[in-house]
Amino acid sequence: MTNSIGEVKECDYLFVIGSNTTETHPIIAVEMKKAVRNGATLVVVDPRKTELAELANFHVPLKPGANIPLLNTMCNVIIEEKLYNQEFVANRTEGFEELKAAVKNFTPESYAGIIGVPADTIREIARGFAKAKSAAIFYTMGITQHTTGTHNVMACANLSMLTGQIGKPSSGVNPLRGQNNVQGACDVGGLPNVFPGYQAVADKANSEKFSKAWGVKQSEKIGLTVGEMMDAAHHGDLKALYILGENPMLSDPDITHVEHALSKLDFLVVQDLFLTETAMLADVVLPGASFAEKDGTFSNTERRVQLVRKAVEPVAGKADWEVIAEILTRMGYPHEYATASDIFDEVSKVTPQYSGMSFARLEQGSLQWPCPTPDHAGTKYLHQGKFSRGLGKFIAVDFKAPAELPDAEYPFVLNTGRRLYHYHTGTMTRRTKGLSGIYGEESIEINPADACKLSISEGDLLKVSSRRGSINVKANVTDRVPAGMVFTSFHFAETAVNFLTNSARDPIAKIPELKVCAVKVEKAS
Amino acid sequence: MADVTLSIDGQKVTVPAGMTVLEAAEKIGAFIPTLCHDPELSKPGACRICVVEIDGMRNLPASCVTAATEGMVVHTASPAVVEARKTIIELLLASHVEDCMTCQKFGNCKLADYAYYYGVKKSSFVGEQHAAPVDDSSAVIVRDTNKCVLCGKCVRVCDEIQGRHVLDFMHRGFNTIVGPAFNDGMGESVCVGCGSCVAVCPVGALTEKNMQGKGRSWEVTKVKTTCPYCGCGCNFDLNVKNGKVIGVTSNPTSEVNGRHLCVKGRFGYDFIHSSDRLTKPLIKKDGDFVEVSWDEALSYVVSRFKEIKAKDGSDAMAVLTSARCTNEENYLMNKVARVAFETNNIDHCARL
Repeated sequence: MTNSIGEVKECDYLFVIGSNTTETHPIIAVEMKKAVRNGATLVVVDPRKTELAELANFHVPLKPGANIPLLNTMCNVIIEEKLYNQEFVANRTEGFEELKAAVKNFTPESYAGIIGVPADTIREIARGFAKAKSAAIFYTMGITQHTTGTHNVMACANLSMLTGQIGKPSSGVNPLRGQNNVQGACDVGGLPNVFPGYQAVADKANSEKFSKAWGVKQSEKIGLTVGEMMDAAHHGDLKALYILGENPMLSDPDITHVEHALSKLDFLVVQDLFLTETAMLADVVLPGASFAEKDGTFSNTERRVQLVRKAVEPVAGKADWEVIAEILTRMGYPHEYATASDIFDEVSKVTPQYSGMSFARLEQGSLQWPCPTPDHAGTKYLHQGKFSRGLGKFIAVDFKAPAELPDAEYPFVLNTGRRLYHYHTGTMTRRTKGLSGIYGEESIEINPADACKLSISEGDLLKVSSRRGSINVKANVTDRVPAGMVFTSFHFAETAVNFLTNSARDPIAKIPELKVCAVKVEKAS
Repeated sequence: MADVTLSIDGQKVTVPAGMTVLEAAEKIGAFIPTLCHDPELSKPGACRICVVEIDGMRNLPASCVTAATEGMVVHTASPAVVEARKTIIELLLASHVEDCMTCQKFGNCKLADYAYYYGVKKSSFVGEQHAAPVDDSSAVIVRDTNKCVLCGKCVRVCDEIQGRHVLDFMHRGFNTIVGPAFNDGMGESVCVGCGSCVAVCPVGALTEKNMQGKGRSWEVTKVKTTCPYCGCGCNFDLNVKNGKVIGVTSNPTSEVNGRHLCVKGRFGYDFIHSSDRLTKPLIKKDGDFVEVSWDEALSYVVSRFKEIKAKDGSDAMAVLTSARCTNEENYLMNKVARVAFETNNIDHCARL
């Protein structure tokens, strides 16, 4: 997030696109509701009528994948009506003419059909966003899990920069990061193209810096993303894989492909709390420690680094950091740490955003990066006065349809996401009595009009198939989904929806299109 | 706004105009009991236990809804105030079910604390008692209306903070209770189990189902930590007894969430002590997993990694690190890839 969670309630115009916030980020949704209570305007862009959509001043039920048409038409209106922030565009950005040319044909009339609201409503939303004292965009995987995921994000950035709604309190572009420490995993080097602190591996100066810091020559070749690893394993190019606390056998698209890939590896090590679907395929399984069994830090979606404190002893005797350090040492690279705090000190040495942080400081209270020096108070919102690259660059993006759309054989769009009561592949939540007691079985949402056509009643067992596989799952007949769409989560192994999803990826970020694929729906015999 | 100076129990205090007498008294550490007051919620001034005596005023006003004014003279513990508070406690106890012994809130109950403080042993009002069945229809929250003091904090937190409006008052007079619409069970209502109502309940009317009978408040060590689920980054206290996590309770100093959590954060911890947890490393031998020692497992892992790196090269190796694990662990996994394997093949589920 460029803003902080604490700024949400002060926001005057909330533009929530592709985020089912009440279920996926309940506490941020609480702050959004406070903003609405304070009189803010809420726009929710989602094909589904989510709980937040029901609270919204405007619900835009766009066709799956029509994010760029909406964002570009909003820019079109704002430019045509000269509502853009001319001072901000002149002083803080470059590429305005390119953007202007790119959105010229994106008139609300031309795209109202796939956006799902009348042209005048699009105009009203665009005007409201531009004129608001503070306007913030909030998005989750509804924006990113598309073959145009990167362009969708750029279109969001274009809208924010065009209106100057960024770099000030309660105004900005706010990706709500999914998992507890997905932000941190990215910050400290868990990505194939960057060293800790987002320092590009392909940049010679960086590889030299890290070669020196770590005493081992660093490669400038960008590594493989998770989807590419699966492809490489499938082709026999990848031989050994060490997986920590991940369960791609449920979470990744096209599970059949994932299973083939993992089975072809010469050596698979999985470190996890439980014998997960992925661990079952491993050659060695190492027991992991839960968050309650170790010290460390998590970085949340607003870049806030917070302490995780050990409350009980690790069930298997070792915290994960102890196991990983021992593997490094036994591989011939001595890594001996007395505490997690020692590791953090090393992280802060090589990660510029964390330079001013230490466990001693975090004991006094959390800190939001960038926090460059020990006397720096941390950063509430980003891009004040200046963007990281200097001028903010408008990038012209065009509409491209999703990779796989419904046809006669597979007439429905399958959309996937999360439920309030479970998390990711359910390894933890499904082993929790209270949560399983409330939500113990998965179903698939189908619109009453479609259910009627197919003579489907609530609770009927359905067979849902795509070109890649099929699953059986009970029907939940509800107008929360529009006609032509079905929706379910990927939490449940019994109804593992990722057997169906498409592994087609965004060419830049390599994110799979988990929000759109074509399926057919029939009653299970 | 201008400041005002008032006298509380003979002590002068200067506060911003608009501040309540209760807040001014808290500023100088004067004790005033409260049941319905909560600084985060609207102020109904309903329970009257916070009454004080103010010179020149006819009645005993509720300090939580009385603005401090210039020259005001306040008495927080005059005989009239103490008598009024005792009477309120007696009235509450008159219809309060007497099962403190097995109450989850024992040791942490405001009604019991105030009865103790004011020496109210039992009620002098004898009459009808509440005897409604305990609502245990929810998988996570137990609602016992017999213990409810009708402070309404649960109603307001559900409305004003969570925006869900599940709970409200129903019926009138002695029959008044708080519950979901039509007095359905919590489990049958639209409640999503966030438990903010439990966090604000001053008595044993709303309690955590999982924690029933697991430990008394004084037996528990509280360890503040960060939630392992979504990216909000809520903090809470793990309640630990005899080396086991027996519950989660709010920690008001949490920077992101204050006392509020979602159903996963507050109630999603059973997995920690699940019997499914892996306790020993496993090596697959002839297709079956066999339990081995840490030393054997790590020796084998390292020898295989070294063999494959030597034979197939660094780029035949990869690491999937974890958005569930700590920064320290992710950093070390980055070093497994970049230092030990000598490849940039490292990723995690950021895209999933």
